[in-house]
Amino acid sequence: MKLTKAIAALAAASLALIAGCTTPTEGTPSSSAGDTSTAASGGSSSGALNITMLPKNLGNPYFDQSTAGAEEAAGEIGATITQVGPTTEGVADSQVEFIEAATQQGVTAIELSANDKDALCDSVKAAQAKGIKVVTFDSDTSCRDLFINQVSVDGVAQSLFEMIEDQTGGSGEIAILSAGANATNQNAWIDALKKLLETKPDIKLDDVVYGDDADQKSFDETKGLLSKYPDLKLIVAPTTVGITAAARYVSSSDKKGKVLVTGLGTPGSMKPYLADGTTKEFALWNPKDLGYLTTYAVKALVDGTITGAEGDKFTAGRLGDYTVGANGEVPLGPAFKFNASNIDQFPWG
Amino acid sequence: MNYYPDHARPLWRRALVNREMAIVYLLVATVAFSCLTVDNFAQSITVYNILRNYFSALILALPMCLVMITGDIDISVGSMVGLSCSLLGLMYISGVPFELAMVVAIGVGALGGLLNGLLVTRVGLPSLAVTLGTMALFRGLAVGALGTTTVTKFPEFWTAIPKYAIGETGVPVVMVFFAVLMAAFIWLLHFTAFGRGVYAIGLNSQAAAFSGVDSARTRTVLFVLAGTLSGVGGVYWTLLRGVARGDTGSGLELQVIAAVVLGGVSVFGGVGAVYGCVAGVLLIGVLANALQVVGVTADIIKIITGGLLIASVMAGSLIAWTKNRRVGAKAASAQTE
Repeated sequence: MKLTKAIAALAAASLALIAGCTTPTEGTPSSSAGDTSTAASGGSSSGALNITMLPKNLGNPYFDQSTAGAEEAAGEIGATITQVGPTTEGVADSQVEFIEAATQQGVTAIELSANDKDALCDSVKAAQAKGIKVVTFDSDTSCRDLFINQVSVDGVAQSLFEMIEDQTGGSGEIAILSAGANATNQNAWIDALKKLLETKPDIKLDDVVYGDDADQKSFDETKGLLSKYPDLKLIVAPTTVGITAAARYVSSSDKKGKVLVTGLGTPGSMKPYLADGTTKEFALWNPKDLGYLTTYAVKALVDGTITGAEGDKFTAGRLGDYTVGANGEVPLGPAFKFNASNIDQFPWG
Repeated sequence: MNYYPDHARPLWRRALVNREMAIVYLLVATVAFSCLTVDNFAQSITVYNILRNYFSALILALPMCLVMITGDIDISVGSMVGLSCSLLGLMYISGVPFELAMVVAIGVGALGGLLNGLLVTRVGLPSLAVTLGTMALFRGLAVGALGTTTVTKFPEFWTAIPKYAIGETGVPVVMVFFAVLMAAFIWLLHFTAFGRGVYAIGLNSQAAAFSGVDSARTRTVLFVLAGTLSGVGGVYWTLLRGVARGDTGSGLELQVIAAVVLGGVSVFGGVGAVYGCVAGVLLIGVLANALQVVGVTADIIKIITGGLLIASVMAGSLIAWTKNRRVGAKAASAQTE
């Protein structure tokens, strides 16, 4: 029979070939395996550091910066960075194939900004079982060796406080335009900021209003603040949506130049308001530093300097010394301030 | 004397030299070439990754193969995978027992397939138009059912299933299910009257009707099979990734159809074999994986597989054209004798 022969040929040929050219790998999950701790020592920790950089998507100026930072660090420590990634952001498991390919390639480590907290875990665990270190940055997963966190409560509060001090000259009335009233991050930052402000009795916090991270609501709340508090000197918006809406309102009102806007914003969206004087300085983090720190953290993990346990210490080149915090997180540090002197270096957001 | 080109060649040549076997040889050559030239390709984790990621495409290629041999097409399968995945997630978070939810998700796949089949055969609409509509419909329902939520944390007993491999080979245990399914489809298409009917409908539906083939029933059954296996594909994908989302399976229909056409099924119907369709999926899978391990980017991989598809279709037409010329010349010389 033509068909039976052909099927037999197909089955035999492909099975023989695949089986024949296959060498069982240590890390392959199989029904009998499950012992990942011994496999971890089998990674190629000696020799060159071969790192796969996997951002959320390619062609994103923000991630171009973080990859540039990772490459800068790689140049200093003699590692190679290969950037791969999906071309569009958002699909939960679009990064799985890249993690799997890196696992097959047997790279030393993967630097990952995860598109999804859970969808990548199966492939991340398979990579870890092969001895590959997985360090997330920018966006975390529920499984990884280390997370380089760009936002730390104290770091953000400290930066906001410094900008308030600087832009009010140490005295005057300020107001906060936040996101939602229940936004976890914003509330933690505002609480920490209030504690810092207690040391400066000349700075008076008039009000905290909530724009719900909606452009129009934030715009209207800004309008309300300006009419309610005529002596207001500064609006602090620790949210990228809020700061842009506030700046847009202030720059088109007659308070322009009298009331300043600061907070957390992306350089791209805030650049025009920096140019017209609505803001003097605002902050976020520097993705380049984030990539730089991530690569040094990878090196420390591979060298065995750190294991990801709380209290582990390592040095990250020009950024200095870092300590691993709770849950295997390493905070990048104080937010990065953008002003007229450096804005042109950050073509993203 | 009439000249029957299909029976003019000895059996071994007919079995080993044909359109489907060409793809099998290409697959074997690609595997061999990748093993020899691509670093880190020849390992069991490669087999594991390819088969796990292409499992849905493999099981969907089976009904798609038959659907396309009848001359129909079903482009709603990817959306049905999404709907099945999405409903599974929705039912699970609503407290439906997981085993029941899986059965319902597969059942919804069967119903969706039945809807396609009835619209095509009873209402008499072209399958492309019908499944274009249900593609949008199923995707809309899938995304609508879950909204922007992502359901995770499914029972580990079930999510572990796609992760088991057979010993050290890297072949996922679920491939046993595929092997059984493939055997069933080979039997159905190549060894039953139903299967003869499938070819007959694709070659000439009127002639098939006059020969007693129940065209409407056959085609409806095939759409139901496609829908049911889309339901299975959605459940598999949910277990594999441990995540239910409405966008699961986006673009899967094109991957499956490309593989089936690459595997030798004519888009005009009447031509094709199950093993060709399976080889088509594996060829695309092996090629994509090897290129990815080399470090070729996703867009280039798409260009290469697209080019391969066009080349394979063109090669088929070219061979048919030269054959016809030769046969024409032979027949002409036979007549003059």
